[in-house]
Amino acid sequence: MSLANTPEPASFPEAIIETRGLVAHYGKREILHGVDFSVRRGEIMVIMGGSGSGKTTLLRHLLGLNRPTAGSIRILGHDLSCITRKALYKLRREMGVAFQGGALFSSMSVAENVQLPLREHTRLDDNTIRIMTRMKLEVVNLSGFENLMPAELSGGMTKRVALARAVIMDPKLLFFDEPSAGLDPVVSAELDELIISLRNAMNMTIVVVTHELDSAFKIADRIAILDTGTVLASGTADEIRHSNDERVQNMLHRKAREEIVDADEYLKRLTEKTH
Amino acid sequence: MKYSIDTEGRFTVIALEGEIDLYYSPQARDIILKSLREKRAVLIDLSRVSYLDSSGVASLVEGYQLAKSDGLEFALVGVGNAALQVLQLARLDRVFPIYETRAAALMEQV
Repeated sequence: MSLANTPEPASFPEAIIETRGLVAHYGKREILHGVDFSVRRGEIMVIMGGSGSGKTTLLRHLLGLNRPTAGSIRILGHDLSCITRKALYKLRREMGVAFQGGALFSSMSVAENVQLPLREHTRLDDNTIRIMTRMKLEVVNLSGFENLMPAELSGGMTKRVALARAVIMDPKLLFFDEPSAGLDPVVSAELDELIISLRNAMNMTIVVVTHELDSAFKIADRIAILDTGTVLASGTADEIRHSNDERVQNMLHRKAREEIVDADEYLKRLTEKTH
Repeated sequence: MKYSIDTEGRFTVIALEGEIDLYYSPQARDIILKSLREKRAVLIDLSRVSYLDSSGVASLVEGYQLAKSDGLEFALVGVGNAALQVLQLARLDRVFPIYETRAAALMEQV
């Protein structure tokens, strides 16, 4: 296991995602402070962390939605810090993303949402697209719901439609943002099983961002814990569970963080004039 | 993707080879549908397929449906573990007739 300030082992030959010294800002505020992180081919990597830990920012950078201030990101052999727009477009065909809120198009039916990537990126026959759409809806247990509109779906159904759309092109790499958020335990457990099945059947590499501990330990081959913009720990589920790091254990046992407040710094933060 | 078409007993045997993905599955689909238009039973040999994605499976599904509607036999042979897992994920392993070998398919009484 690697702990804070201890870089992960040198490049895994099979690593298909790798960040080195990743620094990210929103405006002047530094969100990620030199993140070293890697994901191996065919594994389920869970990124955990509390609110404000930087996990969503890391995800956005892995997707190429934001460019880093410093450091490098390599995905499937491409360096995202200097990738051309055309190459990034091509790379994204290898990647599927299921966003937290689903990000479904409200004016399109379930089927139209799911098959959208095929319509955009391929010239497959309509019959093939229809069959593929129904197959994916079958996989996510939404067979027969293809004509519903997003407004008619429950939270769990919305996530499953988003997942069906994310995997419609059989991507090599799947990103799933907060699969369990807002779902009841049964639906959440079904989604966990589905993630594992997808990896096993399609040999997908899957990156899941979550703050749900039960789900993380159930599906993860490895877990990376982010805390205030750094990788606090990464390792197998067992390694994380038995970590001696107090901050890791606090997180696993849901203990509130005890902030170390510098009185002068705090006063300055409250009173500093904005420009 | 490469392919060959032979006749063995009652079957037209289509042996597919290589990757059947988003790029090549339209070709596989055309081959399958064209063979079925000859109104003969079709056996798809997947033993030399290194990768089969959902679009490839969709082509098999469409072929099977067309065969059934014409009262023709349609079966798979040489389904490797990777392809089988893709079929299982969509619960299609219970839909297609699947044989281990060509000989087993030929021996099956219809």
